[in-house]
Amino acid sequence: MIRDQEIFNQLRDTIRRFVNERLIPAEDRVVEDNAVPAEILREMREMGLYGMTVPEEYGGLGLTTEEEAYIIMEMGRASPAFRSKIGTNNGIGSQGIVIDGTPEQKARFLPKVAAGEYVASFALTEPDAGSDAASIRTTAILDGDEYVVNGTKRYITNAADASIFTLMARTDPSNKGAGGVSAFIVEKNSPGLTVGKPNRKMGQAGANVYDVIFEDCRVPAANLIGGVPGQGFKTAMKTLDRGRLHISALCVGVSQRLVEESVRYAIDRKQFGQAIAEFQLIQAMLADSRTESYAAQCMVLDAARNYDAGNRNVGDIAACKYFASEMVGRVADRAVQIHGGAGYMSEYAVERFYRDVRIFRIYEGTSQIQQLLIARNLIKEFRA
Amino acid sequence: MKILVPVKRVIDYNVKARVKADKTGVDLANVKMSMNPFDEIAVEEAIRKKEAGQAEEIIAVSIGPAQAQETLRTALAMGADRAILIQTDDIVEPLAVAKLLKAVVDAEQPGLVILGKQAIDDDSNQTGQMLAALLGWPQGTFASIVKVVGDGIEVTREVDGGLETVALTLPAIVTTDLRLNEPRYASLPNIMKAKKKQLDVKTAADYGVDISPRLKTLKVEEPAKRAGGIKVKTIEELVDKLKNEAGVI
Repeated sequence: MIRDQEIFNQLRDTIRRFVNERLIPAEDRVVEDNAVPAEILREMREMGLYGMTVPEEYGGLGLTTEEEAYIIMEMGRASPAFRSKIGTNNGIGSQGIVIDGTPEQKARFLPKVAAGEYVASFALTEPDAGSDAASIRTTAILDGDEYVVNGTKRYITNAADASIFTLMARTDPSNKGAGGVSAFIVEKNSPGLTVGKPNRKMGQAGANVYDVIFEDCRVPAANLIGGVPGQGFKTAMKTLDRGRLHISALCVGVSQRLVEESVRYAIDRKQFGQAIAEFQLIQAMLADSRTESYAAQCMVLDAARNYDAGNRNVGDIAACKYFASEMVGRVADRAVQIHGGAGYMSEYAVERFYRDVRIFRIYEGTSQIQQLLIARNLIKEFRA
Repeated sequence: MKILVPVKRVIDYNVKARVKADKTGVDLANVKMSMNPFDEIAVEEAIRKKEAGQAEEIIAVSIGPAQAQETLRTALAMGADRAILIQTDDIVEPLAVAKLLKAVVDAEQPGLVILGKQAIDDDSNQTGQMLAALLGWPQGTFASIVKVVGDGIEVTREVDGGLETVALTLPAIVTTDLRLNEPRYASLPNIMKAKKKQLDVKTAADYGVDISPRLKTLKVEEPAKRAGGIKVKTIEELVDKLKNEAGVI
């Protein structure tokens, strides 16, 4: 749903311009420094990019899912590292509070998240709990009016910058399943919370992930999201539904950039006395990439509109994430192929994107988990 | 002090302009339009003056079709306080624009008018100067620095071969050059709030100004296509060609 087309066009134009004029030219520097430049972070903060999905009453833009999808497609045209810096604030880091937080929790944390004063991070994954998210071992045991948290979280995006973590921990150790998990807001300065060194990884330089370690970390009971224990897994899954649409839109945006890079190179590069864009085998790759990119774009927008209309089909959302992330992998592969030897060289953006997009098939649910969600959802519908 | 900032809706600077088949003008059908970049610099300068406590109110004004409201909304999103659209679908020449702006100045009584030095569509570079003449106000054109000093302003101008600094008494006219400032991106919350700011729609008749054209466009043509260059093998050959063929050295 687009609330006001005229305003929205202006939002989108502004983001497009910012991406073209500021983000894309800074891509190489992000790789060199393994960090997004401070002045760009400041500009993103001033522009309100940290609070796009926080409701307007808490100082955010309250973007609908469709609006968010369009904006993230625009952001996707630049290196995913930029999007990652604002991604957790707009997505998994804050949506738990937005969706299931108490009015007090919303009033206390969301205005700071919206202003970008707080970076919010999401701590679910553990060394022994990835796809099997319900098996997390981190515990939070009630002691007076505080919970005592112990455990290690892994691959936590933006942890070093975070002021707050949306943490999933087991409040009922006797319940080994999803029902024993609760969601908390944990402030960075809580005693007993430490953030490890950034992990070295394949791509997305500048967007870092860390271990977060909790040792007898005391969290006020008032920070239990929603105030009722045992609801955390449900909160996490609701958060991930919208998050998966966000990632799908990101994949579409990146694929659009890759198609642009491919076409531009094909027109420019000459072999056998003519532009390689004249060769039908190159054209076939361009056509396949554009077709798949467009298909994913249509899927994401359709699912986002349904989500806004209250028709949240978990299977269709999973289908978007599954198709869009696999699609951008293929598009990146063709982009390298069209670039030939140059595509293997770091001077060209496609080499970097080829590595950057690999994670999309893994995080916020692997492709295999998405397949399971799609199939189970179908079977459930037909059995019902 | 009030600052008046005229802004023009022009073909976007990233768009490759194409001439209409009948050579009567540039084809604007389905072409992206945006605020004239020099006017953006003017809006930014006005906002900086307001942020520095040197101005109280910024009024953006545009003369053009209904869609020029979008351009005014951009100015409002950047930080202008209110806006006036003088709506017309006719082609408005610099003199007519200057007369309309004079009427707006008479009504609003600003202490400073900051305009782009020219619009990137017709490149006339006349409106600011004409407005200064009609008002009998001092003008500082092609400004790269505008400083409020006492009751007046000092304007550093980019002139051929260097910089010239002039002192003007207020009220005055300033036209902006490229290096005056780097305009901000409107923040997303401000874009949303801009819709609620006051935007008055007027007509040229409201100001009693005759905007009928004084100029006639005979034809518009695209620049000649650049012919391909040649490669030379040696420096000697290059020097020889520059001397004997191009005749430039």
